[in-house]
Amino acid sequence: MITAAVQEREHYLNASYGIKSWLLTKDHKRIGLLYLATITLFFFLGGAFATLIRIELLTPQGDLVSSETYNKLFTMHGVTMIFFFLIPSIPATLGNFFLPMMIGARDLAFPRLNLLSWYLLVVGGLFSLFAMLAGGVDTGWTFYTPYSTSYSNTWVIATAVGIFIAGFSSILTGLNFIVTIHRMRAPGMTWFRMPLFVWAHYATSLIQVLGTPVLAVTLLLVLCERLFHIGIFDPALGGDPVLFQHLFWFYSHPAVYIMILPAMGVVSEIISTFSRKPIFGYGFVAFSSVSIAVLGFLVWGHHMFVSTQSVYAGMVFSFLSYFVAIPSAIKVFNWTATLYKGSISFATPMLYAFGFIGLFTMGGLTGLFLACLGIDVHVTDTYFVVAHFHYIMVGGAIMGFLGGLHFWWPKMTGRMYPEGWAKLSALTIFLGFNLTFFPQFILGYLGMPRRYHVYPEEFQVLHVLSTAGASVLAVGYMIPMIYLIWSLRYGQIAVANPWGATGLEWKTASPPPLHNFDETPIVTHEAYDYTTVMEEVIEVG
Amino acid sequence: MANQAHEETLALREQFDTEAQQKDASTLGMWIFLVTEIMFFGGMFLAYTIYRSTYPEIFAVCSSSLNVYIGAANTVVLLCSSFTMVLAVRSAQLGRQRAIVFNLILTLALGFVFLGVKAYEWNEKFVEHHIPGPGFHFEGIAQQGPAQLFFSLYFAMTGLHALHMLIGGGILTWLIIRTKQGAFTAEYMTPVDVAGLYWHFVDIIWIFLFPLLYLIDRHLK
Ligand code: HEM
Ligand SMILES: [Cu+2]
Repeated sequence: MITAAVQEREHYLNASYGIKSWLLTKDHKRIGLLYLATITLFFFLGGAFATLIRIELLTPQGDLVSSETYNKLFTMHGVTMIFFFLIPSIPATLGNFFLPMMIGARDLAFPRLNLLSWYLLVVGGLFSLFAMLAGGVDTGWTFYTPYSTSYSNTWVIATAVGIFIAGFSSILTGLNFIVTIHRMRAPGMTWFRMPLFVWAHYATSLIQVLGTPVLAVTLLLVLCERLFHIGIFDPALGGDPVLFQHLFWFYSHPAVYIMILPAMGVVSEIISTFSRKPIFGYGFVAFSSVSIAVLGFLVWGHHMFVSTQSVYAGMVFSFLSYFVAIPSAIKVFNWTATLYKGSISFATPMLYAFGFIGLFTMGGLTGLFLACLGIDVHVTDTYFVVAHFHYIMVGGAIMGFLGGLHFWWPKMTGRMYPEGWAKLSALTIFLGFNLTFFPQFILGYLGMPRRYHVYPEEFQVLHVLSTAGASVLAVGYMIPMIYLIWSLRYGQIAVANPWGATGLEWKTASPPPLHNFDETPIVTHEAYDYTTVMEEVIEVG
Repeated sequence: MANQAHEETLALREQFDTEAQQKDASTLGMWIFLVTEIMFFGGMFLAYTIYRSTYPEIFAVCSSSLNVYIGAANTVVLLCSSFTMVLAVRSAQLGRQRAIVFNLILTLALGFVFLGVKAYEWNEKFVEHHIPGPGFHFEGIAQQGPAQLFFSLYFAMTGLHALHMLIGGGILTWLIIRTKQGAFTAEYMTPVDVAGLYWHFVDIIWIFLFPLLYLIDRHLK
């Protein structure tokens, strides 16, 4: 019935046409797609830098690029991937699109602010892009002083301005989400009926709102130091460069949770849907998101175990870092318990969710290694750290992003993606990922420092494996890019609820009408109540 | 309940169901924004705290070179501007358009008086070579570095505050224009209300800056 109507029915995509209707849109769904296009570009840009890095590392000598260029490559890779891809990735695309729908709202509380946030990201991105084209920047994504303030002769200012501006995009998105969750829930949508995706975004928004301003002021001080000789971090004046590190990590550790929490929210939705069971321990999972957000603000010192921090401070930060593992583990255990006796199907989103659980667990556990003072002194600034955070950010966050993208693709576009290709690419990504990053744990343990492009002969085998894995990974990322675009035209028409999922977003047509719902929904059930959905869903897939 | 029933107005945008909901949302949004501002200024206050506790004497000596009387007078100016802002909000609640405009203009004027005085003070620093950089010199102190740190913080903090005043001035100007166009009524005056919150916040920041920058030598005497 819906299948036949889809051509004529008005929805958010055909309600208006033309460039202007997109660039001036206030519709959270369209803004979500604008973000999607933007961050995809940045993802492939960051990927290009990574490719060059991996090719250089094929041989122990520096033969492709000079040391200076290599420094720029890993800096621009990090800056692009973290600030312009991962931070906005899930919240600004899937969150923007689905958060209002999941709570039964017509839009976010501040649609114009939402559009402004996108423009800020674009403008910030252009600044950084300009810096990259003009000659690049070589400080590392961490901008440590005094190198970034006094010594680097590269485009620090333009890059930092870009990140500063993009930071406000992130702040305003978080603000918008918090107000929306507080004030825009549909009748009957109580806090404890909200999908866990929404809880995860609530926690993420708290971090965005509380953490990002600190990064902003820190970058501002770096800028002032470079531009006006205001020497807040300058040791020559008696200032303290380590203060910069404190301020930077006060944001940047919580920021890793900006990247991972939304992915956890996605995984909760997928696991529940494809095992047809409510999430085990819903309340625990919801609160674990919030407690990760809170605890995440107390552990920044684990990035500074070897930079003049006192042993006592180190011990406290070490202990607190172990503590964050608890809410993270709660999630993993509860997902696993949800699967127990579930009726599991292995659709693509579920494959990504499984990938997420496995790789996030690896990343989290190696995080505990690093949080242990003695081990960290041995492996800090080695490839072990590089492997650790890539397991979480690439293995975790990007898996979550791709899983969510596949899960909601039918809703966003009204088309199904080709399942066979999708499964193939999910598998390719999983294998390619492990081949790329697992050798890096060993490399790091053996003593290969990060950020070097010349290395002893004996490390070559592992580096070659890693580069080989990266090529597989690259293919894995290209495949979805192609078939998702292909599906826009040739994909099977999607029904309203192809997965038999429970969220409100599935109770409206695919793609959704301009104002999301024809009637404001009235919520009478807990989240993940499959008994009611089974009655409603007639045709599946 | 039909979904897209209502016409969009300023007081009731299409994403909201009721005026009260919209007002609530705007106010909450501004409060959250102010929290982000606290974190933003917080970074500088942290740096200040650390350096002042590292170099207490030098900070006190440098602080005493600032003109307390001018600073105090400026504080009074800013407090008065907060008062006129409150009057503007009250007039808006009562729907008195001309009173809104009058009080907003007064607030704006006081804001500019503050900035004028600030500019005068900064200029004094130029004359005295108290601008951080190669030309910096502070009489009678052996360690020039920490003295520069004090003035770095002085300029960073008052500069950031002044920037917020300028933004506030822009908001006030916009409000004045909109009020003259008759945008606000007793029923719909959220922008005035919310701008008021912002203005008071900027004011409060100064209430912290003034003692921290101007008065610390008194604490040691
Ligand atoms: C949950 C998502 C997580 C992400 C995205 C993440 C990301 C990162 C990143 C980016 C770094 C490297 C910083 C740098 O030096 O440039 C890092 C280092 C570190 N991570 Fe994680 N991490 C996560 C979870 C954890 C957990 C759960 C722990 C411990 C309980 C942990 C402990 C550490 C430690 C101790 C370091 C410092 C290593 C060093 O430089 O010596 N991380 N992490
Ligand atoms: Cu961390």
